[in-house]
Amino acid sequence: MSSIERKFTLQVPSSTENLALIREFVTTVGRQAQFEETEILNLELAVDEACANVIEHAYGHDITKEVVVRAKFDEETLQISVIDEGLGFDPDKTPQDSIEQLIHDRKSGGLGIRLIKKLMDEVSYEIVPGQKNELHMTKKIRKE
Amino acid sequence: MANPFAIQTSIGNGENDLSIVALEGFVDAHTAPQFEDAIQKAVDAGSIRIVVNCEKLNYISSAGLGVFMSFIEEVRDRGGDIKICGLTPKVRHTFEILGFQDIFEMLDDQPTALQRFNA
Repeated sequence: MSSIERKFTLQVPSSTENLALIREFVTTVGRQAQFEETEILNLELAVDEACANVIEHAYGHDITKEVVVRAKFDEETLQISVIDEGLGFDPDKTPQDSIEQLIHDRKSGGLGIRLIKKLMDEVSYEIVPGQKNELHMTKKIRKE
Repeated sequence: MANPFAIQTSIGNGENDLSIVALEGFVDAHTAPQFEDAIQKAVDAGSIRIVVNCEKLNYISSAGLGVFMSFIEEVRDRGGDIKICGLTPKVRHTFEILGFQDIFEMLDDQPTALQRFNA
């Protein structure tokens, strides 16, 4: 059987209210790609975190902006990209303090990108601040 | 669709300083501020023994986990604790990805969590 790539796109106003819709989109795509339910939860969480970062930080809760989620998968891999045109930041340059240190400093930020990196197989960025930022997250599809 | 979310709080004060916050549905960046307000109210009321009941919690993202993190030090500094109970395996998995099991006491159910405070 030849490997056919399937592509999906969701574009929503930048509001945390739409995180539920984004998670449903990811669940639908994850099921089509035949991920197990546990892995679908991981995908949902990773994409939720990426989009929440865009809504809260890149766009500063500006509902006139839009968040784009693109997904594509073939027989082996699912790639989900979160695209925005806001203030980009390089997550690799943000300090990765330990959870204990964050608690000590009474901070709760920085957890999202940490989760994304733990949940996905590969994470990469293309950042042009104010123009286009893309976060690409890849997960291998494990067959029984 | 939507973000079904509900929160029930029973805030103690004075001698009875035990508070119970029960989460239901989905805690994400949209709903976490309500959770934060509930814990803040308990802390403001002087409650330092807080149980967060997660029996009906379906989902939590880092926005919700961050609420636990931002209050725990203050509560422990005052001699109290925040105990988490009733996590389903699915939701517990999210807590464990970030190593919460090393920082927070996670109990099977609310009676056990209450007992831990009274021990």
